[in-house]
This record gives sequence, C-alpha cells and structure tokens, in this order.
Amino acid sequence: MVETFKPTSESDLQAAVLSLGARKVATEIAGAGTKRGIGRPIERAAVIETTALTGIMLYEPTELVMSAKAGTSLAQIETTLAQNGQMLAFEPMDLGPATGGTLGVQTIGGVFATSFSGARRITMGAARDHILGVRAVNGRGEIFKSGGRVLKNVTGYDVARALAGSWGTLAVMSEVTFKVLPKPPQTETLVFAGLSDEIGIEALCASLGTPFEVSGTAHLTAGLTSRLELPLLAREAATLTAIRIENFPSSVAYRVDRLRQALKIYGEPILLGDETSRVFWAELRRLSVLTPMPGDPPSQLWRISTAPGKASKVTDAIRRNMAIEALYDASGGVIWLEVSASADAGAADIRRILSTHGGHGTLIRAERDVRQTIEVFQPMSAAIERLTTGIKESFDPARIFNPGRMYASV
Amino acid sequence: MSLIRLPEPDAAIMARRAQITADLIAVAGRDAVISDEDGRRAFETDALTSYRRMPLAVVLPQTTEAVANVMRYCHTHGIKVIARGAGTSLAGGALPAEDAVVIGISKMNRVLDIDYAGRCMRVETGITNVAITAAVSPEGFFYAPDPSSQLACTLAGNLGMNSGGAHCLKYGVTTNNVLGVRMVLMTGEIVDIGGSHVDAPGYDLLSLVIGSEGQMGIITEATVRIIKAAEGARPMLLGFDSSEAAGRCVAAIIGSGIIPVAIEFMDRPAIQVCEAYAKAGYPLDVEALLIIEVEGSEAEISERLQQMLDLAKPFRPTSHAISESEDQSARIWKGRKSAFGALGRISDYYCMDGTIPLGRLSETLTAISQICTGYGLRVANIFHAGDGNLHPLIMFDANDPESEQRAEKAGADILTLCVEVGGCLTGEHGVGIEKRDLMTKQFTPDDLRVQMRIKSVFDPGWLLNPAKVFPLDARALLVEAKPLPQAA
Repeated sequence: MVETFKPTSESDLQAAVLSLGARKVATEIAGAGTKRGIGRPIERAAVIETTALTGIMLYEPTELVMSAKAGTSLAQIETTLAQNGQMLAFEPMDLGPATGGTLGVQTIGGVFATSFSGARRITMGAARDHILGVRAVNGRGEIFKSGGRVLKNVTGYDVARALAGSWGTLAVMSEVTFKVLPKPPQTETLVFAGLSDEIGIEALCASLGTPFEVSGTAHLTAGLTSRLELPLLAREAATLTAIRIENFPSSVAYRVDRLRQALKIYGEPILLGDETSRVFWAELRRLSVLTPMPGDPPSQLWRISTAPGKASKVTDAIRRNMAIEALYDASGGVIWLEVSASADAGAADIRRILSTHGGHGTLIRAERDVRQTIEVFQPMSAAIERLTTGIKESFDPARIFNPGRMYASV
Repeated sequence: MSLIRLPEPDAAIMARRAQITADLIAVAGRDAVISDEDGRRAFETDALTSYRRMPLAVVLPQTTEAVANVMRYCHTHGIKVIARGAGTSLAGGALPAEDAVVIGISKMNRVLDIDYAGRCMRVETGITNVAITAAVSPEGFFYAPDPSSQLACTLAGNLGMNSGGAHCLKYGVTTNNVLGVRMVLMTGEIVDIGGSHVDAPGYDLLSLVIGSEGQMGIITEATVRIIKAAEGARPMLLGFDSSEAAGRCVAAIIGSGIIPVAIEFMDRPAIQVCEAYAKAGYPLDVEALLIIEVEGSEAEISERLQQMLDLAKPFRPTSHAISESEDQSARIWKGRKSAFGALGRISDYYCMDGTIPLGRLSETLTAISQICTGYGLRVANIFHAGDGNLHPLIMFDANDPESEQRAEKAGADILTLCVEVGGCLTGEHGVGIEKRDLMTKQFTPDDLRVQMRIKSVFDPGWLLNPAKVFPLDARALLVEAKPLPQAA
C-alpha cells in the first residue's frame, strides 16, 4: 500500500515531508507523473503528488516574469502566456507519449525538475536558463526559497537553477518563478531533403554561423521522416534537415532569403510556411516520430549530448553495432536515438563510443528490468559523484526523495 | 569605510608567514610568488577600495596543476585562500585577508581552442572579458556578457560573480553562456564540470559554481558559448521629462513583443556627467534618458527603431535621436560604459547594484532620492532598465570619514528597499563583503542554511574566500541545534 500525499498548500507539503522524513519513508515525488517511465525504477512506499498545488501567482508580461505553483499544468501556463503573445522560450518538451505517459498534462514543476528543452534552446537557452526563483521543501522539511522574481539576481548561490534537472531528488518545489518571452509573430522553416547525417549537420551548423538568429536546427534520418504526421514531409521518404527562423514578418522574409543564399551548396530548400512550420516543430517537441505505435518492432530510446562536430561520427559508430534511427536537435548537439530493443539497450556500445568521441547518454525509454540493470543516466566521474552525493546529503540526508531515481547513490 | 566588520586574522598563521612563503616558493616556483611588501600591496584591495587588507602572500600560477599544488598545500596547512582575477570587484569579492594567500590567475590567459561549428571556445580564465571576443571577432563571433569593466575584468571574476552587462537582456548573463569549467577544489583536486556539450550528467553543478564568488573552488579553464554577431546594431536616445514616463515607455516596448538588445537608463545627474566626459550627444535638458539598441540589417534596424518611436509617443519623449554613424554609436556606448569613471572625476561615489521589478521603478527612484537626501548626499542613477538592475551612484567625500559612513548607510537602506519592493540585493556585482550583512534581509535562516551546506560540500573547512557572501555569524546556523523533523 503506497501512502499518497496530495498537499494543497506549502505548509501541507512541509507536514507531509516531516512525517515521511521522521519515518525515513522512500517517497516518489511526482507532478502529473507523465515521465514516470524515465529513470531508474524506485522502490517507493509513499508518493507526494504536487498536482493540487496549482495556480498562477504572478504574471507581469512587461517584466517578462511569471510565478506558478509547481503543480500548475504547463498547458494552463502556455495558454495564459499565449493570450498575451508570450511563451516559454525554451520550448519544454513533452516526453509523455514517447515514454508511455500522457500527452499534454505535465506540470510546470515537472518541466523544470526534468529540464527537457526543445529546439529553441540552441539560441534561447534551456529550462535551467529561464528559471528565476523557486520555493521548495527539502528532505529535512525546511521550506526555503532561492532566487526571486527579477531577471537579474546574483544574491547568494544559484540554488534555483541547480534544482532544474535534479529529478525531484533534492527538494519538492512548491512554486517556481520563470522568465517568459514574446512569441515571435511569424515562423518559417527551410527544409533540405536527402542530405546525409554528416552533411545535414554541417548545414545546420553553417546556419547557426550566420547572423540571422536561427531558432531551430533539426535533422531526421529517413526512417523517421516517414513517421511524420505532416504528409507534405512524410512523403519525402528521405532525410530531412530543418532550419527555423522566427521573427517579425519582414525580417523573416529577409532572413530566409539570405539563408537560402548562404546555404546554396546544400540545394534548394522546401519552405514550410508559417502554419506548417508550427505543426512540424510541435511534432518534434512531443517526439511524435519516436513514439512507438502498435505493431512497431520493440525499440528503446536514448538521448545523447555531444559536440555537433562529433554527432555523425557517434551515430556512424553506433550504427555499426545496432539498427538505429536518429533525430538530431541543437545542430547535432542533442541526439534522440532509437535503437532496436536489446537486453542492455545497447548501453555498453553506446557509452564506449561516447567515451571515445566525447559526450554522454541518458536512456530515456526501456523496459523496467533494463532500467534496473544498467545506468540510465550517464555515469559520473569519481569527483563529480562525490560532489553530487554531498549535495544530495545536504538537501535530503535521509534519502527519502526519489531514492535511486537518478543514480544508486543519489 | 568602516561599517563592515572583518574577522580577526589568525595570529598563528601570520606568525608563520616566512615559512609559508618559503613553502609556496618551493611548491609554485620563485617567479610565481610575491612576498615583498610593495608587491603584496598591489593586491591589498579590489574596486571596493575603502577596504584594504595586506595578504599573507600572493601566488600567480601559470597552470592548473600549479594552482592545484598551491591549493593542496594551503589545505594541508589550514591556510585560507582568496581567488583573484583582475581585482575589479565592486563588492569586495576579492578583498584579501592578512592570514590568507591570494591565488591570482591573471597569468593564465590563453585561448585554448575555438570551435566555430559548435559555437564554443575553451579559454584559460585569466583572459580578460574583452579578449575573449577579440579572439573570435575576426570571424564575426562574440562572447555575450559584457560588464562595464570588460577591458580589465577576467573571465574568472565573471564566473565568480555570474556577471551581466548591458546586453544581457537579450543574450543572458555569464551562467547562460558557459558550457563547462575546469575547477580546482580546496583539496587540490581538479574537477571537470560540464564540457563542450550541453546538459552535463548529474546535478547542474555549473549553476552552483558560477556565481559562488570563489567559495567553491578556483576555475582555471572554461568552455564558453560564442555567438555570430548581428549584421549591425544601432542605439537610439529617448529623453523624457520624468523617470516614470521613461519606465512606462520601457514596459510598453517590452509588452509589445520587442526585446531590444539593451535598454539603459540614466537620470539627469548621470547624463550631465557622462556627456561632459564622452561627448556622446546626450540631451542635457531631460530628467531621464533611455539608450535603446537594436540589431539586424539596416532595414530591420530602421523598422524596429520606428516601431519603438511609435510606442514611445504616448509617454511624450522630449527628445529623440537615432545614431547616424558607427562613431556616434561608439560614443553613445562609451558614455554609458564609462559612467562610473566619469562620475569618479567629479566625486567619490559608492556604486549600488540592486534589482527591482520594473513596475516599481518610479516609486523606487523617488525613495532612493529621499534616502540620499536624508543623509545629505547626492545620487546619480544609471541602470539596465530592461531587467530592472539599478546602479545608484551615491556621491560622498572620501576625505571625510563621516560622509563616507553616511554613504554606506544610504547604500544599505537602498538595497533593503530593493528587497522590500520585490527585488534583490545584487543584480550582477555579487555580495562580497559589501552586502554580506544584508543577506538576512532577503533570506531566512533556512534559505541561508541550504546555501551554506552547499558551500560545505565543496569546501568543508570554509577556507575559500572567507568572510564573504554570508554574514559572519551565519555559519553558526549550521551547527545550531535544530529539532529533528517530527511528524506533524
């Protein structure tokens, strides 16, 4: 029987943590639970769900800032922002469908705790770059805040930012304050078909070497193209290399024109237009092409970070060991890699290859027993592990929050 | 100034100065160690010059390994260490102590690797801020954070303070522009955090290390992002007859969906001083001046500036001028970036660095003026309006200790006000010794405990950059008997 807490206030949350802490109960920390399938499986005796901590507490469009209770749905936040022509510029990804969870219900706390950022992070930064402040309860039951509601703040250590990507292992956020930005009025996408992975990534890097503020750079292997919901692109049946420009309409027209000239050697691009562009990048944001469909052969999913110049070398080397499809984001700096299912999800080969070329990998989707036996997150160096466990200890000495979700020692 | 208490130096350490110096020479080499009094005097303060302390010794290593060897020695012997870049901290972040060794990284200033395709470069952190951009500007790239001290300040100091600058409204501050660091821990252990790719494994330790004011380790190398520069950039000057109108104009521009690369604000006293110095063409008959810069092609710049002029109309700007040449743009920025120096020509001043929500601008400026008047002092205001980061410059007479104390008190009142209106003590200069004792205005004991425990993870003996960031007695919070968590 799993003890379930659904606090409705910060003091409720604190009471729950104190109760669990006193009894040293291993506790799962969850928002809407859409990413439950990611990470090392944990043996939980209790769960704290933040979904009853809801509400937008502050929104000042002209100050580019919003605060919301951690359990507020991302959908509500994005709707409110859109009403004012604004957005979360880091394009939070929705990994629900690709990992067996639900689409469109993730919470803002879950977004920051896991820090999966979309295509625009290449120029606008990731979730961690947009967090301004948090209120949270640590494993000791202390309510604390860090940061604040202003854009520039170096008062004390940047604990709020460090909670981004900590997977609920340090503290339960009760409220988060973040930077918001204007939504660009127009979007255009240049798509080149049929470039090899190496040349496609070269084109993406070249586009980022122009002054035209490219805000999305993705390359899909041919096997993924055919899974796109957009018929216009799916029928290409070849690799796709996509470059996004977002700006005022006159600037979009000018910049697209200049980019086409700058990238002439890569051929003549298809232009998606505003509406289709938005559909295309939204598909990438929810990893539609990496979401298993009924009848698909079993597969597992990795997320790899490497230097863009190494991306195609990494995938070439992995391809020699197993069948793969790849969605390259961030001009190849981030690779969503689908591998045909195996007992270790290809971890031994993938990590060996990454250690040669530089980079690291996180296993995003695999069966529970696979995630139980291999390291899901990239193994740390001894020095980093010592600091990491020290920080865990400082926040949550009894290790009650998501024990083992990231690493056995955390 | 004298209001900030500094701890009594450890007499036992000071008594061993000769031996420690000899040991440091053995560890780091004679050329790397400065032990004579004249040599050490050059390091006795930073840009908060009212506070001075003669360091025990100064070491200027040339390699990460040499830094590690010195750190290991100091750790073994329980000697405090103060990391130093160029010593430009306005908050006393690099203030030495009589019982501490200063480790300066200014000799480590090489560019190690540039990856244009991956848009990043690896440098030693003793490199000056402006030299990073200089290394990649032939290819049209730049490193974005641009603190006003960028000619002198080092990347190491920028990392320590998480420095910003005028252009961070669009490009972010230091922490948003760094991919990885190589850091030496107090034990002498060398740690790589992050690298040349995004999203390092494990916790985001970079977030903690950047802005930790030299209290977690000494960063000797860093991989920073570089960005292709826009085709062009041009500033516009907008004058207003009240700071309220200027503030509302900024809100209207940002609310319209335009994010200029910079929006700077100056009040009348600041305008007069800067114009006299830089001959930038600032209007002298306005109460508030905005410098707004946009980037892009010529046509884009013209369109965007016209859009903003239209947005400004309801706030009745009393003057407007668009820069017509590169030379004029350079002078407009020179006036802004040399504001501190320009003011220094006419008066001693104390530079503050609080941030406020922009919506509270007008009342805050009024209150700042009242505070300074109350202490019989004048104030000039210069700040980054887009992000609400204020730099009130409180003028005083450094030859009059009493005037100096009043300036310090006015400063503390202003920063307290910033916190009260929803802002913070420091937007980009850091806490240092200057705002250390005000931390309790912004943070609860538990907030401070969370931060201090992290400090203890990196530096359990609290040997690194002591007596900074946290109130002197705050460390007692860590040992104070706290009841064990109880079920409610």
